[in-house]
Amino acid sequence: MLKVILSRFLQLVPVLWVLLTLTFFLTKVVPGGPFSAERQATPEVIAKLNEYYGLDKPVWEQYLAYLSKVIRFDFGPSYTYQSDSVTEVIARAFPISLQIGTLAFLIALLIGITAGTIAAVNKNKVWDYFPMSLAMVGICLPTFVMGPILALVFCLQLKVAPVSGWYGLDYVPLHPAVMPALTLGLFYAANIARLTRGGLLDVLNQDFIRTARAKGLPDHQIIFKHAMRGGLLPVVSFLGPAFAGLISGSFVVEKIFNVPGLGQEFIKSVFNRDYPLILGTVIFFGTLIVIFNLVSDVAQALLDPKSRRSP
Amino acid sequence: MPLLSVENLRTYFYTRAGVVRAVDDVSFLLEPGETLGIVGESGSGKSVTCYSILGLIPQPPGRIMGGRAIFDGVDLLGCDKERLRLIRGKRISMIFQDPMTSLNPYLRVSEQLIEPLLVHEKISRRKALDQAVTSLEEVGIQDAGRRLHFYPHEFSGGMRQRVMIAMALISRPEVLIADEPTTALDVTVQAQILELIKRRQRDLGTAVIFITHDLGVIAAFCREVYVMYAGRIVESAATGEIFARPMHPYNAALQQSIPALHQKGKPLFTIPGLPPDLSKPLPGCPFSPRCTYAEPKCREQAVTLQTMAERHQTACLRYQAGELNDLRAAVGV
Repeated sequence: MLKVILSRFLQLVPVLWVLLTLTFFLTKVVPGGPFSAERQATPEVIAKLNEYYGLDKPVWEQYLAYLSKVIRFDFGPSYTYQSDSVTEVIARAFPISLQIGTLAFLIALLIGITAGTIAAVNKNKVWDYFPMSLAMVGICLPTFVMGPILALVFCLQLKVAPVSGWYGLDYVPLHPAVMPALTLGLFYAANIARLTRGGLLDVLNQDFIRTARAKGLPDHQIIFKHAMRGGLLPVVSFLGPAFAGLISGSFVVEKIFNVPGLGQEFIKSVFNRDYPLILGTVIFFGTLIVIFNLVSDVAQALLDPKSRRSP
Repeated sequence: MPLLSVENLRTYFYTRAGVVRAVDDVSFLLEPGETLGIVGESGSGKSVTCYSILGLIPQPPGRIMGGRAIFDGVDLLGCDKERLRLIRGKRISMIFQDPMTSLNPYLRVSEQLIEPLLVHEKISRRKALDQAVTSLEEVGIQDAGRRLHFYPHEFSGGMRQRVMIAMALISRPEVLIADEPTTALDVTVQAQILELIKRRQRDLGTAVIFITHDLGVIAAFCREVYVMYAGRIVESAATGEIFARPMHPYNAALQQSIPALHQKGKPLFTIPGLPPDLSKPLPGCPFSPRCTYAEPKCREQAVTLQTMAERHQTACLRYQAGELNDLRAAVGV
């Protein structure tokens, strides 16, 4: 088991290298440059800037220089925030996205698994159709529709949460992370509910459930002890990447609620051709995705004894 | 007094293809400590009969349309679910056909083995585990103390069936329903498992309902046999009688198809045709389309089981009318 985890960690290195190389050359292919938007700058100034950041050198030379810095965990300066390094930008924005993402994840798990279980147990009855149609609505409603609806209801009508910004306000009881988290959480909850229902129904049709019933186990033990483990396997494999996606921030939701999270920084860096920040965030996201995929694989192995021995 | 008496059980399945009469008017009696065999080919309703008694039929699509199953004064078909649950696994247990899929792959064997005790008896976990070790030893699993904590996939098929048997008998039930317990096993293991069930039955005095399509197993095992075809019982008698004096052509044909009773070099006997589609109404005898003795009246007249001799019943119209006598000659062995 430990060996498997270790080898998967080593796989991280080539994956990130490919990701980094592809992104590096893609950013160079995109027309425009980090300073082309600044109209006032004279060609001489831009040439000076390019020289300062090494952008006048041949691309492969820039690539090697960048690579040698990345190996030392130096992601370079941000071109947009001239006083900050890429690491500082991420360190500032990530905690915000992490809080929203974690809260969203918990909301999604709680609502999703509960709704999915209720639906599976009441298959083809009202308590199956009702939560499942809600889940379908949840999947179909994009966050940029759900977000404003929630903002209208909770922020403008009920006035329980701030409409925008990341600074706690005295006259609203809820933390500014709550509304963005709810927006994201409901969307993921819908997916989790459908996966939970499907997984559980699959397991509930298995022979060993009949054995459990033949032993006279009460319904709650059949569901939670015998069916849940197997039923949650598809959910768990979805949760790893989902968690990575959630905590790395959603541009749309951060934009709606005007929260200075990592999702916004990432999209802005692309528009600004802020090469080091683009690469820095891409590497950061890549690492998160690989790590949480690994986490969900480990969790799966813990749930399923058969998969434990094979890598 | 019979321990379990099933009267006029009807279980139908409501499917898109129509109403499937999986079990149609089945009755039988089980005496304490007795071994009863239900024999028939796949889809004849043997398993559904037993699942119905224990409330294990998925509803919908299944529905129990009528009948009673009296066990110790309680009608298992009519009593409330909680009452049936407390009988299930405690006083009536069951072992299933496929030990590969009938144990939960996500839980340790120990956990599954002690469940009947934890659910039905006031007993501590530790005591239950002690009892589990004993029960594994009793079904011939060596090194039980260590193996108790294995997962099902760490056992072979025969070993898993032993675990299933240990699990079914751990609460010392009065009735054990064995649903083709050897069908999914290697031939070499089959005999061991049968021997094991027999021995445990003797030790505990459990009554056994043995569901099988293997007449050889019936011959070795059961005192009383019910032959099922198309959801109905077509013949029932003591085991010796069933073989010595078959009173239904289906039973005779089944015996004729036992490979071991064949002369070497001769082609094996098979019953022509297929069992009927149970979603279509069957006016006459369900076996008549495949029966070599069938007459027009067999396809039209309603059939009922009738007692022809001491505890020997047949549903064959022609036998009842005295038109068929020596079906044993037809078997030719």
